[in-house]
Parts: sequence; structure tokens; C-alpha cells
Amino acid sequence: MATHVETGPAPAGTATAGPPPAVAASGVTKRFTGGVVANDRVTFESRRGEVHALLGENGAGKTTLCNILTGLYRPDEGDISIDGRAVHFRSPHDAHAAGIFMVHQHLSLVDSLTVAENVVLGWSRTGGVRYSPHRVEAEITEIAERYHVRVDPRARVWQLSLGERQRVDILKALYRDARILILDEPTTVLTPAEIEQLFSSVREMVAGDRTVVFISHKLPEVLEIADRVTILRKGRSVTTVERAGTDASQLARLMVGHDLAEGRVRRATAGSGSQAPLVGPRTGSFFPTGGVPTAGTSVAGIGDASGAVDSPAPAPMLRLDAVCADGDFGRQVLFDVTLGIRPGEILGIAGVAGNGQRELAEVIAGLRPHTKGSVRVGDEPLTSGDARGAIERGIAFVPEDRMGTGVSPSLSVTENLILKAYRSGAAHAGPVLLMSRADAEAVSLMERFDIRASGPHALVRQLSGGNVQKVVLARELSSEPRVVIAASPTRGLDVGATEYVRSVLVGAAERGAAIMLISEDLDEIVELSDRIAVLYEGRVAGIVDAGRCTYEELGLMMAGAA
Amino acid sequence: MSQFFTQAILTATVASGIALATPFLLASLGETIGQRSGVINLGLDGIMLLSAFTSYYVALNTGNLGLAVLSGVGVGFLMGIATAFISVTLKAEQGISGIGVYLFGLGLSDLLFVKLVGTPLPIASLPAFRIPVLADIPILGPMLFQQTLLVYFAFLLVPVVTFILDRTTYGMKIKAAGENPAAADSLGVSVARIRWSAVLIGCSMAGLAGTSLLLYDGIFQQNLTQSEGFIAVALVYFGAWTAVGVMGGSLLYGLVAAVVLAWKALGIIPLSASDLAATAPAVLTVLALLWVGRRFRQPAVLGKPYERGE
Ligand SMILES: Nc1ncnc2c1ncn2[C@@H]1O[C@H](COP(=O)(O)OP(=O)(O)OP(=O)(O)O)[C@@H](O)[C@H]1O
Ligand SMILES: [Mg+2]
Repeated sequence: MATHVETGPAPAGTATAGPPPAVAASGVTKRFTGGVVANDRVTFESRRGEVHALLGENGAGKTTLCNILTGLYRPDEGDISIDGRAVHFRSPHDAHAAGIFMVHQHLSLVDSLTVAENVVLGWSRTGGVRYSPHRVEAEITEIAERYHVRVDPRARVWQLSLGERQRVDILKALYRDARILILDEPTTVLTPAEIEQLFSSVREMVAGDRTVVFISHKLPEVLEIADRVTILRKGRSVTTVERAGTDASQLARLMVGHDLAEGRVRRATAGSGSQAPLVGPRTGSFFPTGGVPTAGTSVAGIGDASGAVDSPAPAPMLRLDAVCADGDFGRQVLFDVTLGIRPGEILGIAGVAGNGQRELAEVIAGLRPHTKGSVRVGDEPLTSGDARGAIERGIAFVPEDRMGTGVSPSLSVTENLILKAYRSGAAHAGPVLLMSRADAEAVSLMERFDIRASGPHALVRQLSGGNVQKVVLARELSSEPRVVIAASPTRGLDVGATEYVRSVLVGAAERGAAIMLISEDLDEIVELSDRIAVLYEGRVAGIVDAGRCTYEELGLMMAGAA
Repeated sequence: MSQFFTQAILTATVASGIALATPFLLASLGETIGQRSGVINLGLDGIMLLSAFTSYYVALNTGNLGLAVLSGVGVGFLMGIATAFISVTLKAEQGISGIGVYLFGLGLSDLLFVKLVGTPLPIASLPAFRIPVLADIPILGPMLFQQTLLVYFAFLLVPVVTFILDRTTYGMKIKAAGENPAAADSLGVSVARIRWSAVLIGCSMAGLAGTSLLLYDGIFQQNLTQSEGFIAVALVYFGAWTAVGVMGGSLLYGLVAAVVLAWKALGIIPLSASDLAATAPAVLTVLALLWVGRRFRQPAVLGKPYERGE
């Protein structure tokens, strides 16, 4: 069984002799306006040269704790120490000076500056005022080589992919020679290959006696990289366990506080018969015993793609014919994309990030004009670039960039929930919003979708990452859409919330909606989809039945080799 | 003979175009710095008016033009303190507070002028400074190198501002404060301090712009600037938030204004149309702005106060 290191509200448990912990928090409490206690007497400590994972449900207080450790927030109670010395950070700058640096969940880079400029911003190794690009670029290249975090120091940040941006943030930390790095859900924006690369960087860092605090909702990742795991639940630190003595189901139990219902939500039609080849090393079905279908009984004859050929299949609900579209910089990114999704069907869109997935979703949602081809919902064609028309025809869109496109961070939960419904909903009389009714509606949606916030008036930017996503889902799916475009809908969600979102999508399909599920998480695609289309360089590289394909097949298509 | 005549006119027109461009250049260079940090200052015109009046009053009473220039900059700096306090510290809505500062400057300069001066007298104008050797180059010399020191200073600021913005850590912090203040904050850059400093620099330069306008005219009058401070704000957009772009915009405006003046003097533009013609520079600038303006992105959080998420 696991070795529990009992931690409690008492001062940092320095029971073990030896060097003091690299970073320690004891009895840390943080209350936010609105009565949320994000951290409640949290105790945490991490040694030098270790990878220490922080685990907990959405809203458990992981990000808050790390913000306190890095001086962005000040604790209401409790103490922080670095290498055994008590510290009182007044700003992140103080924390950087003490050798602790955080790579945030919502990356904080200045788009218009170059990589090198972002790295040196607010910090100059020589202390001078003059900025000499060549020297800094050379320094960055050297660090990048050493830690395998390669990125062109002269590129402007807006040109970079999410994965590259994250490397810039990591470079910032290494440039400041941070002894302690906190990575807040770094893998959510990465492809499997990039995750491997990140892990090798992390190993390089701890080999150099640095400390890495790693946050993730994916248990296999935690088990792969962490030396120890501290679990937070509802703002409290539950326990710290050694990786060697624990397993996924124990961690999950500790996180949630009780046993989870076993099994992952998957479609009955999906993945059956090819279970074995589909379980890769990282993926692992979450519970060793898992794989029992709990939801997703297929709608007779509809979800079953294999039978579609001979039985009279219903006409597609969403149909794309030879759709072409340009990207942000006027370059064509979609080439003759032809797809159909029948009512009740989930079509997975697989592919390495940046192969046109985002643009495809935006075209269907009417947020990006298509230059050629047609998009139809039922029999009605969509006008190119007409977002309102798309909404009126029953298209719901769960965008990838939830903070930017998905919600208005400075508006309340209620306001965000009615952003779209205001045209049809009951929450208004003529042009006048009936706020009390809107609030009541919001409260019921918050319950239905398990949105944890202090109330309907909480501002969305104050919610934890996972709860923001639930707000988007609640808004989009509560309107009983005919078509759902979901882009990485479970990114950054904890295990319970992920299962919930999956069941919501499957439920929407069962009610007859056509679902397009875009994700870089192949397991998710395979487990939920009826059919899978692979996008490669803006073209459909192939469409396969989820029940009949293997990872090799999909991987080859994603790499453009099939 | 006639060729010599047109050449002389051309030279004089360009020379006065450059002189006319100078107040715009100073004001919009300063505004560029402020806007890059995320603060838009619509009170520019009011600050220019107050500075112009102060310089006028000092020059009138002391006869010392150096002191007049200093006092103009000083008033700009003081107005900068007020502007930064309102926009950065109090986090006020910058569009509204800017209009407030403008009306304050317009009203106060007018009131002081009426109360303190009464009958306006001209002051000594700033002497032209011939740059040795260069001033003797035919055509170019009289166009470019027989200007006042203020003109040289203003154009010298163009590379200086470019350097500050692109090649110093301070410039980087300014841009970060205007693009992603949360990122800057997380790196220990004090967004408030950076914006304060940028606003103070911008407003001091606006003060100098007002003074240079006064010294060009040689006399103060009610609403001396005729809302040119707003044009200076527009020129920042025209110049795509770069010093060189802003210089281009200022020169365009100054040269068109000089041509209009010359044509009026030559009778090419009839007297009846002279008021209409006087709007030509502004109209042209706005048209040019429509053309270039959409191709560049403004600082991402321009006009938005920064608040931490705590
Ligand atoms: N700035 C803030 N103002 C008010 N409440 C906040 C603020 N930041 C976080 N909270 C609240 O504190 C709680 C903990 O949030 P935190 O972001 O630390 O969770 P988390 O564990 O990182 O979750 P996730 O896995 O979803 O990122 C949440 O209930 C959240 O709503
Ligand atoms: Mg978080």
C-alpha cells in the first residue's frame, strides 16, 4: 500500500532529517472575495531534485496554492519557506529572485514581442538598460539546447503554436536560473510527442537538482513523471504519497474522497472488438478494470457506421462539400474538406494540432468564411461567415480557446450563460433582461452541469479552469442543438468532470444531434466516436470506423503517411 | 527667372512644412510612448494649450525664451501627473477623462489669457539656427538646415524613441504593459509604474509641442491649437505606433498645411474657399488613416486599466 506522509495544519512536517525542503507551505489559507476558501490550511513541501505532482479536482485549489508560492497572491494565513528560510513575497519578482518560477495555465506572454524579448522581460542578467538581441539570443539558444526546449529566439510569439509558447515560458524560468519550477497543467496544450519532449526536459532539470512541481489531471502522466504526489481536495491538502507505492485508482479515490463509479463513458459502438490495440501506454484506461460501457447505447442503425452502407441511412445532419478556407494570415488552410455527420453520430476529428482543426470548427460555427464549397445543416445551406445564422440553425460551438472565444471573463456566470440564449430564452421581456429569471436559470444550469462557483454572480475569470469549460458547455448544450462542434472539450478537466462532459456529448448524440469531436487526445476520439476523420495539412487524410481501426493506422494518417 | 521663383517657393514651402510638422511630431511621439504602454491620452490638446499659454506668459514677462520652453515642458509634466493619476491610479475610463482634461486645458488657458494678458502682444520668435556647412547645400540646405533648435530636437527624438522602444529593457516593459499587462505583472514589471512613466514622458512632450506651436506663431490666442492635439492622437494610429510612422504622418500633415498656406498667399486658392482649404490637411490625414489604419494592430489593451485578478 501507499506510504502516507501524514500532513495536517501543523507546521511543515520536517520529521525527516536531512536538508530542508526546497519549497514548503504550511497552514496556508486563501479566501477570495465572495467567500470562496480556495486554500484551507494547506501544507505542502517538495524536496530538491524531485518531481512533485499536485493532484486534485477542478477548483481544488492547485493553481491558487502555486500562485501563493510564486508571490502572485498573498496568503491570508500560513507561511512559505524556501530552503528552510521563511519568505514573504510581495510580487512574482520577489519569487523569481528567490529562485521560484511558475509556468501558468493560461500562458502569459506578450504576443507582439519576440521570444528573446519575452524571455528577458523584467529581468536582465547584466542588469543593464540596453537590450542587445544577439547576446540574449545566444544565451537562450544555449539553455534551449541543454534542456531540449528548442524554439527560435527571434520568432514573434504570435507566430508560435501553443506548445512552442509553453517552451518560451519554460525558457523564461531557466533563463532566470529558477531552482524551483511550477508547471500548471503543462500537458493540456501538448501533442503526445511534445509531452515526451517536456518530460525529458523535466528529467534534465531535476537531474540538475532543480525541483519541479507538476500539475496534471492525467493520472498516467503523473505516475510516469512524479516522484511524489500531493493531493488537494476542496482546498485542503489531503495527503502526500510516494509514486512507488500508489496507483491510479488510489489517487482517484484520494482526489474525490470516495470511490468513483467504475468505467469510462464510451460509446457502445466505438472501439469494441479492438480494445487491445487501442490501449496505448500513456492512455491506460483509467481504471485497470475499466472499459465497461456505462452510457452510449447506440441508436439503432444510426450510430452503427458499418451498417450504414446497406441500410437506408438517414441523411447527414451536417454536410460539408469541398470546403476551402483561409487561415489567419490569408494562407489557405482547408482544402476540399468533404464530411457528413448523421443525426446521433459522433464524428471524431483526429490530427496533430495545427492541421486545420481550429479553422474547420470556425467555418462550421460561422466564425470564419469559407472560400469555396458548402456547409449544410439539414437541407439549409449556411451563409459563409454568418455566426448568427449558424446559431439559428442549431449549431453549438465549444471552442478550443475558452478564455478568449468561449466566455467573456469579466462577465458573471449568469451573463455568460445567457449570452446566446437571450434571443430565444425566457429570460427577457422584449428587449429587457429579467435578471432574476436569468439568475434562476443560471442556478439550475450550474446545478445540472456541476459548475462550482460562489454563485451566479461570480465573475467567470474567477472560476477555476475546469469550471470555465463547464460554463461554455452548459451554455452551448442547454439549447438542445442539432449540431455540436466540440473542440478539445475535456482539456484541463479533472477525471470526474471529463467523464461528465463525455456523457453530455454522448447524451446529446442520443437525442439525435450530430456531434463533431475535435481532439488531440486519440483515446478520447477512439472511445467516443463512431467514425474518425483524420485531418492532415488541411485535407481529410481518411475516414475510418472507430471500431475497426488501430492506433498505427490513425498515427500513420496523422503523420501524412497513409 | 520664373524657374528661380518657383524653386524659392518650393524651398520655402517645404521648410515651413517641416516647421509646421514639428508640434505634431513632438505631441504624437509622446503619445506613441503613452499608447504603447496602454494609455490613450485624449487630453493632449488641452495640455498643449496650457503649456502654450504658460510659455507665452513667461516669454512676455521675462523675454527669456529658454525659460518659456522649460515652463511649457514643466506644465506638461504637471498635467502628466494629473493624467496618470486619473488614468492609471484611479483606473478611470480614459476616453471620458481625456475629454475632461481637454476641456480643462481649453477653459483654463482661455481664462488665464483673458485675466492675465488682456491685450495680446507678440513675443520674440525662436531664431533659426543655421547648421554650418549643411545649411549651405543648395536647395536642401534652406529646406532642412535653417530651422529652429526645437525642430532639430523633435526630429532627433525619432531615432531616440525608436531606440528606446526597440532596444532597451524599458521599451520592452512599455510594450508588455500595453500588450499583456498580466504577463508583465507576473514577471515583476510594475505595470502602474511603467504606465506612469510613459504618461509623464508623453505629457511633457505634449507640453513641448504646445510651446513649439506658440513659438512658431509668436503670439497666443484663444484656442491656439485649434484641436490639433486630436490630430496628433490620430497620427499615432496613422504611424502604426512607431516613431518613424508618426514622423511620416506629421510631415504629411505639415506639408499639406504649408502648401495650402502658400497657395492662399499666391492667390491660387480664392479667399472665399480658404476656410475650406484649411481643413484639407485634416481631411487628408483622416483619409490616409482609413487607408493604413486597418493594416496594423493597436496595443492589445489600449485604453484599458489594468487590474490584478486577486
Ligand atoms: N481570483 C479569484 N477570485 C475569486 N475566486 C477565485 C479566484 N481564483 C480562484 N478562485 C476560486 O478558488 C477555487 C480554487 O481555484 P483554483 O484555480 O486554485 O483551482 P484548480 O485546482 O487550479 O482547478 P483547475 O484544475 O480547474 O485549474 C475555485 O473555486 C475558484 O473559483
Ligand atoms: Mg488550475
